Amino acid sequence: MLKPTLRCLLMGAVAVVAAAFVAGPANAQKTKLTVYTALEPDQLGPYKTAFEAATPDVEINWVRDSTGVVTARFLAEKDNPRADVIWGLGASSVALFDSMGLLTPYSPKGSDKLKPAFVSARQPVAWTGMDAWLAVICYNTVEGPKNKMPKPASWADLTNPVYKNAIVMPNPASSGTGYQQVYAWIQLFGEKAAWEYMDKLHQNIGVYTHSGSAPCVQAGKGERVIGIGFDMRGAKEKTGGAPLDVVLAKEGAGWDMEATAIVKGTKNLAAAQKLADFAVTQKAYEMYGKWYAITGWPGLITAPPNYPPSADAAMVKIDVVKMGVDREKILAEWIKRYDSKSAPK
Amino acid sequence: MTAFATGDAAVTPLARRRLDRDDVLMRLGICLLIAWLCIAMALPLWALLSKSFQNQNGEFIGLANYIRYFSTPALFISVWNSVMIAVVSTAFVLPLAFVYAYALTRSCMRWKGLFQALALIPILAPSLLPAISLIYLFGNQGFLKELLFGGQIYGAGGIILAQVFYCFPHALIILVAALSMADARLYEAASALGASKMRVFFTVTLPGAKYGVISAGFVIFTLVITDFGIAKVIGGRFNVLATDIYKQVIGQQNFEMGAVVGFILLIPAVIAFTADRIIQRRQVALLSARAVPLEPKPVPRRDWAMFAFCAAVGGLIFGILAVSAWASVITRWPYNLTLTLNNYAFGDFDTDGWGAYWNSLSLAIWTAVLGTGIVFVGAYLLEKTRGFALGRALAQLLAIMPMAVPGLVLGLAYIFFFNAPWNPLGFIYGTLAIMVVNSMTHFYTVCHLTAATALKQMDPEFEAVSASLKVSLLRTLVRVTVPVCLPSILDISIYLFVNAMTTVSAVIFLYSTNTKLAAVTIVNMDESGFTAAAAAMAMTIVFTSTAVKIAHVLLTRRLERTTQAWRRR
Repeated sequence: MLKPTLRCLLMGAVAVVAAAFVAGPANAQKTKLTVYTALEPDQLGPYKTAFEAATPDVEINWVRDSTGVVTARFLAEKDNPRADVIWGLGASSVALFDSMGLLTPYSPKGSDKLKPAFVSARQPVAWTGMDAWLAVICYNTVEGPKNKMPKPASWADLTNPVYKNAIVMPNPASSGTGYQQVYAWIQLFGEKAAWEYMDKLHQNIGVYTHSGSAPCVQAGKGERVIGIGFDMRGAKEKTGGAPLDVVLAKEGAGWDMEATAIVKGTKNLAAAQKLADFAVTQKAYEMYGKWYAITGWPGLITAPPNYPPSADAAMVKIDVVKMGVDREKILAEWIKRYDSKSAPK
Repeated sequence: MTAFATGDAAVTPLARRRLDRDDVLMRLGICLLIAWLCIAMALPLWALLSKSFQNQNGEFIGLANYIRYFSTPALFISVWNSVMIAVVSTAFVLPLAFVYAYALTRSCMRWKGLFQALALIPILAPSLLPAISLIYLFGNQGFLKELLFGGQIYGAGGIILAQVFYCFPHALIILVAALSMADARLYEAASALGASKMRVFFTVTLPGAKYGVISAGFVIFTLVITDFGIAKVIGGRFNVLATDIYKQVIGQQNFEMGAVVGFILLIPAVIAFTADRIIQRRQVALLSARAVPLEPKPVPRRDWAMFAFCAAVGGLIFGILAVSAWASVITRWPYNLTLTLNNYAFGDFDTDGWGAYWNSLSLAIWTAVLGTGIVFVGAYLLEKTRGFALGRALAQLLAIMPMAVPGLVLGLAYIFFFNAPWNPLGFIYGTLAIMVVNSMTHFYTVCHLTAATALKQMDPEFEAVSASLKVSLLRTLVRVTVPVCLPSILDISIYLFVNAMTTVSAVIFLYSTNTKLAAVTIVNMDESGFTAAAAAMAMTIVFTSTAVKIAHVLLTRRLERTTQAWRRR
């Protein structure tokens, strides 16, 4: 084989390269935690600051992408994991990791106080939920009337041919929001009817975006009239001045939970546990509550501005564990049917 | 050559020993250069190729990946899409750039300097900038949307328009060089024989610039087919090869299929590159020693027509840039047009905020400093020393190869090579260093050719004389060659700096948490729908590279006055 010879050659080169690039001075004091996340970019700063203020000897290194990408990346690295902790990834994905034995179970201090739905079923706890996010319809109130497109009230409305090319939704392969809604349709309509529904919807989709935030942002800019996005981004855009109505479809909304878990094989277990503990404190839930209405802390009632009312009533009955297990099969079918119309990536 | 021979004959035994030491140094240097280019390019590509024949568990499965690729119509159609986009873009850019270059070199229109500067703007910007501007102009809320008559900017049309903007200066530089050399005697003969202007153009001007045109065509074709940023931003549902690699590798973490698409992307680039090399070899010197340089004479009607053309094209280029600049300070297009600087608070839109910009800056500086050193010493060894023909030929070949390797492909190849468990160099994976190595290699060829040209202009007698005066090779290099070539050395470092600052495709697979780059955050912010912030980051890059470019021009001027006085008679 070429490899041993190569190794000799490369060993020599190591010296050259090492001389050329002097490594920066090691910052040995703080433990650096590599945290995989699909949180929204604007949440990362405040979350990091809050945790580091509470735990001065640990520093967070975010690795952030859309839910689908983080999930795919985590699975691809499963033999040699690079993450220490997951903080803010869909519970369906995290439950899937748990079923594959990729997590270190740990019951964070205070996890017994949470709403039961926000703690994994098994003991010790595999993951804890932070908040739930819901799929919504973002409707542009300026472009809609201008283009004679009425405000939709249900998922069924969206197949009306009047909306041709005016709707954007996230690609479920890369976006958690996209997948949770596809899964919700299957729960709501049954498998066969759900695919028929998506076939019809597909006729009206302008583009399947890479991320779950893009649809409501694009609808907010009037670049598209309707975006199938998620609650927090829609509310935030509206608060920022976008002419949007954030609609909860009357059949019910797909949802997933953001979850926290410790990765199996982490070299920084103590620091990882500190983060897992922090993630279930009341203070942390109050922080999540600034963005989302439904959090895991019992009795914590928050109403982020412009958040659609009575969201918890709209949540479709979903088993997040099963949602994670079915993911691969459903995505394969989805890609086969619709991927040629998807935005790059 | 005769001078060299006399110099050689005059060598005393003592000098002989000195020469021997130089000879050892030279051989060692060339070997190091070969080793460097192997590690930075040849071996990673080999890793990429072997990966494309493996399954996810690393077992050899022959052509199975390729068969799967070509039997999936959704993937295969991208090959056709990519080639189509590249051909159409080339067909648009070539005539535009040719007329523009003609106006700059062969007419007496006013403000040539301004037009030249305008035309070079796209080089200073990341390729995503024109795509973002086009969305503001022709997107569903674009203010010139009516001009599309109900058509859509997302898709092939948008990609081509943005590519024309992005590739224009690259073609222009080559065509200006091709058109600025001409023998006035040919034109005199033609007019003496009563040839019409049209005929002169087709029988004298065009053949004279033929090789430039062909070269420019291949360069654009390769640029378009390998660019990924534009298709990503404005491609909509239109898939091309470059975005497919990205989708396979990042979106689905399917590295083996990514390797297959990478290899397929390498094919058209290598064909274009080889064809260009073969054709260029046929080029013979058009300018003999007796040639009279052509001085354009004023022809008012033509000059004003040229002026109008350049004003239109230059104005469009400036306009595209201006749209992004304007978009970056708008609060919420199209509903709230108040001016704001909030879009420049990158921390609100991306994890790394301004950190990504500082990473880009240090990447660009490292690439410029180290890259210039390696390129120049490498070119010096190949141009200014004798002997060791085999090593020299191999190094020569390796030095021009990077041009044919698309950035995305090189980046992907680096993952396979540097992240392999057996590789002792693996420690640079995920650091800034790997991106520096990647950028230096990706842009190696153009820099190498610039250095080689500058060195060729220097009389070999310098080396001969220093040898007979028993001055070592190293000392000649430091005391004579480097000062004389200083303008070219500056050119190379600026080229490396600007490219490292703007490139997306070369580094998109290589950044990690701590080393995210400005151009990468443009892609990410656009993905999340934060187009204004993406425009703001693109403008930040433009401002930086423009500032560096202006400093470069001023410095070169100063240098010409101080160290380059010998060039004047």
